[in-house]
Amino acid sequence: MIVAGYAMRESVRRRVFPVVLVLTVAFLGLYGFGVYKAYQSIDPNSTESIGNGAENALVDTQVLFSATLFGLSIFAVLFLGTVLAIFLTHAVVRGDAERGLLQPLVVRPVGRAALLAGRFGAAAVVCAIYVILVYTVALLITHWVTDWWPDQIFFPALELAAAIAVIVAISLFGSIVLSAIANGIAIFMVFGAGLVAGLLGQIGEALNSDSLNTIANVASWALPFEALYQDALNRITADTAGFTKVALSLGPFGGAQPAGAWLYPYVVGYFAVLAAIGLWAFNRKDL
Amino acid sequence: MAAFRAQGLAKRYGNVTALGGVDLEVAEGELVGLLGPNGAGKSTLVKIACGLVRASAGTAEVAGAPAGSPAARAALGYLAELFRFPGWYKADELLDLHQRLAGSDGGEPERAELLELVGLTEARSRKVEDMSKGMQQRLGIAQALVGQPRLLFLDEPTSALDPIGRRTVRRLLEELRRRGVSVLLNSHLLSEVELVCDRVVILSKGVVVAAGRTEELARPRGVEIDTDEGTQLFESARREDAPRIVAELVGAGQKVYGVRVLETTLEEIYLEAVEGETT
Repeated sequence: MIVAGYAMRESVRRRVFPVVLVLTVAFLGLYGFGVYKAYQSIDPNSTESIGNGAENALVDTQVLFSATLFGLSIFAVLFLGTVLAIFLTHAVVRGDAERGLLQPLVVRPVGRAALLAGRFGAAAVVCAIYVILVYTVALLITHWVTDWWPDQIFFPALELAAAIAVIVAISLFGSIVLSAIANGIAIFMVFGAGLVAGLLGQIGEALNSDSLNTIANVASWALPFEALYQDALNRITADTAGFTKVALSLGPFGGAQPAGAWLYPYVVGYFAVLAAIGLWAFNRKDL
Repeated sequence: MAAFRAQGLAKRYGNVTALGGVDLEVAEGELVGLLGPNGAGKSTLVKIACGLVRASAGTAEVAGAPAGSPAARAALGYLAELFRFPGWYKADELLDLHQRLAGSDGGEPERAELLELVGLTEARSRKVEDMSKGMQQRLGIAQALVGQPRLLFLDEPTSALDPIGRRTVRRLLEELRRRGVSVLLNSHLLSEVELVCDRVVILSKGVVVAAGRTEELARPRGVEIDTDEGTQLFESARREDAPRIVAELVGAGQKVYGVRVLETTLEEIYLEAVEGETT
């Protein structure tokens, strides 16, 4: 708790929060404006017929519009959460050690494990609260403009929080072996890799390509924040059926894919393995 | 029980040997100066003692506990050569943080005492970022003393200090000796070490090349006598020869005004020990 408090205070004083706050307000403002303007350009009460006009090819315009835009906002929430997570954790070990900030703390009896756990706890809690808040505001904006509610509200929020906690853990782990800047870049690349994997899966599904689907699946299990994100995306239209659902699954920034029952225990195991390897590496690290 | 004991302590970074098997002991209440050129292994030795660096071979114990163990860390205070505190902390807040990390229940009285010891009472509400380098270094020493450690590792504690700051630290070290705190002082300032340390250990290329009390390490350099005919140097003479030489000079009709028994200085001992190793 002492280390977590120290980390929280450090975050506030490093002006991470004001920067992220400005970015968030800008995003939400633009998102609200964009949703409002776009919604005015459609007829939400219509059902559009795709293809030859068969009954199962009808698309509910309001659901398609609202879920697609809200899905985009979920991606933005994840991205902003990732920015915050990286800011808070990219320099925790090697970066702080190179600047001489870490040594006075590490020689204290609290030890390296507590230091790592405290830093993880503080960053994960801050980032989780942040993504849930922004998710909620984006949801309210979407509802206010389109009068639409997702099929599930709470699970997607929790999965986004878990996804960002995974990114915090990966970034913290990276900070043990990489310098601050290298780690920041690496985590953004990892985030991008997850995104690309999602897009590959989307293309693979459209083209019915087993290879692309396999690549996407492996990537989303190797980087489970992507699996959590896809599952969260899937849950907002979990009860939507017919061609509207098909159209939504082809939406931008990664297909909405149900992850299955093994996702949560897998994520818990992922945290445990990352923590064990990270602690082992940290304990062996000369400071 | 020694406050600190290293036996056969070695550290290798790839093909580079930073420490090549060092035996060193700091007794309870003893002030030991650790000298050596840059790259001699002084900081590595201290970091191993603090649990910041893993030894490649040998053992190190702090207050009887293996270096790096919680018990060892609880018994020591450490000021790194290159350290930084978060700039937004006030002096008092920083000490409070370290009190909590060290499990110290000294509270406000301990913080006030430590700030007074290092001459920062007036700066207790000043932020680190508003302090001079010298003030930060003194705050670093106060931080190292949080929790009343039995053993203090100070790595170049006076490098950023002006003469008044150095005197403050010197008095602080004397006060610590009075309180029975053991200190391993890593410094390039030979005069500082000579003034305050009970013993010196000189490292060169990762090994101990000289160790002992300054007077034990010193070699006689003759006897110098001021007479009415000028200053005369008797190079081969030792302290016990001085009365005889004076008697002979007086017997020869010379007036003697002063006698100095010359010994090698710590600087000369150091330079001889490291044998011209350049840094």
